[in-house]
Amino acid sequence: MEHDPFKWGRPDNATYGDYDYRISNAKNTEFPSMHTQQPIVTGTSVIAIKYKNGIVMAADNLGSYGSLARFSNIERLIPVGKDTVVGISGDISDLQYIERALDELEVENDYDGASHPFKANHIHEYLNKLLYQRRSKLNPLWNAVVVAGINSDNEPFLAHNDLLGVQFSSPTLATGFGAHLAIPLLRKVADKEEDVAHVTKEQAREAILQSMKVLFYRDARSSNRFSLVTIDKDTGISFEKDLKVENMSWKYAETIKGYGNLQKF
Amino acid sequence: MTSIGTGYDLSNSIFSPDGRNFQVEYAAKAVENAGTSIGIKCEDGIVFATEKLVSSKLLVSGANKRIQTIDRHIGVVSSGLVPDGRHIVNRGRQESKSYKGIFKQPISIPQIASRLGNYVQVYTTANSVRPFGISTIVGGHDSQGYHLYMIEPSGVYWGYQGIAVGKGRQSAKSELEKLKLPGIKVKDAIKEAAKIIYTAHEDFKDKDFELEMSWISEEFTNGRHEFVPEDLLAEAKKYAEEDEDEDDEDDEDDEDEEMAE
Repeated sequence: MEHDPFKWGRPDNATYGDYDYRISNAKNTEFPSMHTQQPIVTGTSVIAIKYKNGIVMAADNLGSYGSLARFSNIERLIPVGKDTVVGISGDISDLQYIERALDELEVENDYDGASHPFKANHIHEYLNKLLYQRRSKLNPLWNAVVVAGINSDNEPFLAHNDLLGVQFSSPTLATGFGAHLAIPLLRKVADKEEDVAHVTKEQAREAILQSMKVLFYRDARSSNRFSLVTIDKDTGISFEKDLKVENMSWKYAETIKGYGNLQKF
Repeated sequence: MTSIGTGYDLSNSIFSPDGRNFQVEYAAKAVENAGTSIGIKCEDGIVFATEKLVSSKLLVSGANKRIQTIDRHIGVVSSGLVPDGRHIVNRGRQESKSYKGIFKQPISIPQIASRLGNYVQVYTTANSVRPFGISTIVGGHDSQGYHLYMIEPSGVYWGYQGIAVGKGRQSAKSELEKLKLPGIKVKDAIKEAAKIIYTAHEDFKDKDFELEMSWISEEFTNGRHEFVPEDLLAEAKKYAEEDEDEDDEDDEDDEDEEMAE
């Protein structure tokens, strides 16, 4: 046995030959290291629209495990600071990671007495850096994120951010299936930035409710329970939880035959 | 003190023959000569107050805060060497962050007091370091309610209803005892705290000072540690100053009487 303190207890080299370090260095996986390859538990679309004085945003409460509706009480709209809400779709464990990162950011920002409260544009910048850094490590946070709030010029702010580190802004935003189904509906209300000045809170809210209904009709990973948040530059954040999709009509379902291939007849 | 010249006061890690650690006792001396800080545990909250001695007229008033925040729900004020106070708060922030990282919930006040107490204690055992020249008041709100602790340079930490450290601690402590703690409301405690600091300042009468106050209350700050808002601070200062004037007048009266005699 080796008595050298750094090799204590090892087989003595003189007796047993050189120690084979490949044994202790061996990995028990096929790969050198493994990063996220796919999301596991997922949340579907987040949709948002700007109106004259603010933003309306909504996301349902479902956490899907593949096609299984696994969790029905996931809150995906996360308030940060006094006038920002972050809506997150994609992997739920990464959502929780982002939630904790934002919480830590807020605590550290408040160390000196909340004298410089951060605004929606700051949070968007931070998230973009976080997401881009992770994708550059080839280990992305598997999310698409919508940041809605009031920016440092006291104007409504709405911007998108995703697992590739891509960021952009628009008067209407939607992630996932919503980008296909909700955006056309929302753009009927506010197509360009200059249209926003003519959109009322009620119109924006109505468009969001309509879009949530359409999404529940056609997105098989959605649920009829959702949260909706209104961020107004005058009255601040108002959160509505446990909303339900209402006034549905499933009449069209009667005309569906087979899996779609029979409908042309 | 018998320590001088004996050699037993040169190192942390050596006891004197009668079982004392002189370095720790010297550290306590550093606290005894510093500006007064107090902490009050109330029925519905915690109040911190400190007498911040202003060393130069060129310093911006209201800057260089002495009361600090470890986490949303934990406040700290210390008397003694200012950089030591900053250091222990940094350590507290690390501890709080690491606790949250592991347990996914905010650290409780007894836990953070224990961790900081242990940290301070380590600095009394090694030859290569010096003890902390501060007494630290840690208070906050958690699921078990309000808590107030004070950590001494030796690493000793006790929970208190009310505590004062620094030069004016004697008079401040006897004032705190009169308050019948914790049967007091935060809003009243703010005024009393201001008065206590003003009274304690008698010991440093030649120096300028700023009163700094913070509080934690479920009702008023949502369980967060925040500085006392301007209006309440002004009200408390007024209350403290009025009382001080009365005392002065009383003194003058006494003098008059003495002269008459």
